Amino acid sequence: MKILIKKGRVIDPKNGIDEVLDVYINGGFIEKIDKHILEKGHDVEVIDAAGLVVAPGLIDVHVHLREPGYEYKESIKTGTMAAVKGGFTTVVCMANTNPVNDNKSVTEYIVNQSKTEGTCRVFPCGAITKGLKGEELAEIGEMYKAGIVAISDDGKSVKNSELLRKALEYTKLFGIPVISHCEDEDLSKGFVHEGKASIISGIDAVPSIAEEIIVKRDMTLAEYVGSPIHLTHISAKGSVDSIREVKKRFKKVTCDTCPHYFTLTDEATLGFDTDTKVNPPLRSKEDAEAIKEGLKNGSIDIIATDHAPHDFTSKDVEFNIATSGISGLETAFSLSLALVHEGVLDLKGLLRKFTETPAKVFKLPYGELSPGSAADIIIFDPDAQWTVDRKTFLSKGKNTPFHGWKLRGKNLLTIVGGKIVYREKKA
Amino acid sequence: MNWTKKDLLGITELSKDEITLILDTAESFKDISKREVKKVPTLRGKTVITLFYEPSTRTRVSFEIAAKRLSADTINVSSSTSSYVKGETLKDTAKNLESMQPDVIVIRHNMPGAPHMLSKIVNSSVINAGDGAHEHPTQALLDLFTMREKKGRLDGLKFVIIGDIAHSRVARSNIFALKHFDSEIVCCGPPTMIPPFIEDLGVKVEYDINRAVKNADVIMMLRIQKERGGVSYIPSINEYSTIYGLKQDQVKKAKKDVIIMHPGPMNRGVEITGEVADGPYSVILDQVENGVAVRMAVLFLLTGGEA
Repeated sequence: MKILIKKGRVIDPKNGIDEVLDVYINGGFIEKIDKHILEKGHDVEVIDAAGLVVAPGLIDVHVHLREPGYEYKESIKTGTMAAVKGGFTTVVCMANTNPVNDNKSVTEYIVNQSKTEGTCRVFPCGAITKGLKGEELAEIGEMYKAGIVAISDDGKSVKNSELLRKALEYTKLFGIPVISHCEDEDLSKGFVHEGKASIISGIDAVPSIAEEIIVKRDMTLAEYVGSPIHLTHISAKGSVDSIREVKKRFKKVTCDTCPHYFTLTDEATLGFDTDTKVNPPLRSKEDAEAIKEGLKNGSIDIIATDHAPHDFTSKDVEFNIATSGISGLETAFSLSLALVHEGVLDLKGLLRKFTETPAKVFKLPYGELSPGSAADIIIFDPDAQWTVDRKTFLSKGKNTPFHGWKLRGKNLLTIVGGKIVYREKKA
Repeated sequence: MNWTKKDLLGITELSKDEITLILDTAESFKDISKREVKKVPTLRGKTVITLFYEPSTRTRVSFEIAAKRLSADTINVSSSTSSYVKGETLKDTAKNLESMQPDVIVIRHNMPGAPHMLSKIVNSSVINAGDGAHEHPTQALLDLFTMREKKGRLDGLKFVIIGDIAHSRVARSNIFALKHFDSEIVCCGPPTMIPPFIEDLGVKVEYDINRAVKNADVIMMLRIQKERGGVSYIPSINEYSTIYGLKQDQVKKAKKDVIIMHPGPMNRGVEITGEVADGPYSVILDQVENGVAVRMAVLFLLTGGEA
């Protein structure tokens, strides 16, 4: 299949491109990027992208696809459909499935299922410890051979520092990063951020230092061992400050945050809306500002979704017993475009956090528009106005605190490996 | 003014006028309990369900008496006798109760926000009778009623609340209510039981009980919330009692006409000595008495009565 994208504003952070160009795709790869490419033959689909932005397909390094085991919350099929709708062409899925992705059989299952059912590229993240129990290392090498691109016990921290050290050492053999969910479990016996909102609501709360302490510990371990560490879903000002300091001398620290941490604050939890329950919790205004500042000054490298789809029932209960998480794939990029509209980042800078940087950290050959590279491309309108409606989500998880929000900027078309896998329906 | 709200979920959603309206309405109901025939037909034909997921003596009985004195029919459901123990969710319990057309559901629950969830499910009026460490609005209203009755005003008072502030819904509701008036609010207790950010609510924090009670007009004692893990916040009950138990010595440091309050249940000899609890400054049983009048007022207003 051949596609010619005409007259779009092509932005590719990796190659430093930002100008109106045509992109020619042939056989799954980008063949040419140039001014005024002429269409050859009638088997070429021509897409007029005038007034729109053409960018590399986005990479999300933190999603929960729930398969195997929790298909009532999400499946590889529905999760990847949601991904491509949101502009993502590559996702890294976490290991807290059932069974846990702590061995090559599960890794192989996810890889194979993604090939047959998935609409975008899926790379599994293996568990650090067997059963995510924090007791002994999972078979990291076996999983690596089967296709994992990182390891993580996401959902909790590895409490035992010695064991985490071993994991950081062992992964040197494979050159894959350890993704750290930073949460001191003794300090985090709660459901919302400890701050003014929790004083008012009386909900048991988690202080931001529960994250900051583990951020510091994990960076200390990684630096000592000399291994790459990626700190995921960073939410607190103190974490950003520590990361910025350590990055000055130790270059193998990277981190991501999620759109809800710079879009919402703990005030959103005051109405006991369980869709605002997420881990780490929505923090203070000061924290949200620090996250934006961190994105601006480069302390925060990547924006990920932490897409955590849930069934209706597990959210339709009292706040304390509701599950944590936000179904984020279909709103993340639009919410992040607000950073451009607010002047926090320019469009190229924002796209870098979704493309070039995640590709580099996780050694993925995607996230760029180079001749010869895979044709993973999105076309979006950075100014299109639309209203979030959870009923239209392709994800099984309708759990979003953004239902009814008016957003500016929307993905319109997604190409994975030269195939159009998503096209916005004309109203 | 007229009452327009369907529910009473918390003090935070009440205006000063609404608080005053409830207190004024309660004033007119207080006499009924002193009559020989303690009953008026005001709520005849109305049904009030009390749905309690946590143990309670005072609050449940108080609501039931309040409803009965207004001639409403009352039904009590408690977690140990409800389908809750069979695994029924709050949502399903609520929908089932709703099908039987009650006018008011009074709910107590160990989780903050449960009454708010209930109010979204049912058409009946919902009254929060305590949700976790969040709010206990009728308690704060009866406390304000008692303060106003004894002091003649709610402005210009020094109000000291002592004990397990972190886990106390009574403390929160009282703070929210008193913030509408021009009084000084002091929170006192072991630093582990004074949550960070409490000062954001506009209260003062004083760890030393002797300094806290100085010139106080009102002293309110709280118990340690064992069911919310309060015991792990202090080395021992004995040590707590030594440092924070209210004794005669402290009462002397307060204003001469100080009143001593306690929302109950009281742990005699722990947060308050028996002689203080039973002494001349104690208004603890007045609070209980006023509770009935305040709850009558709330039931009356929520079911459409005009003050």
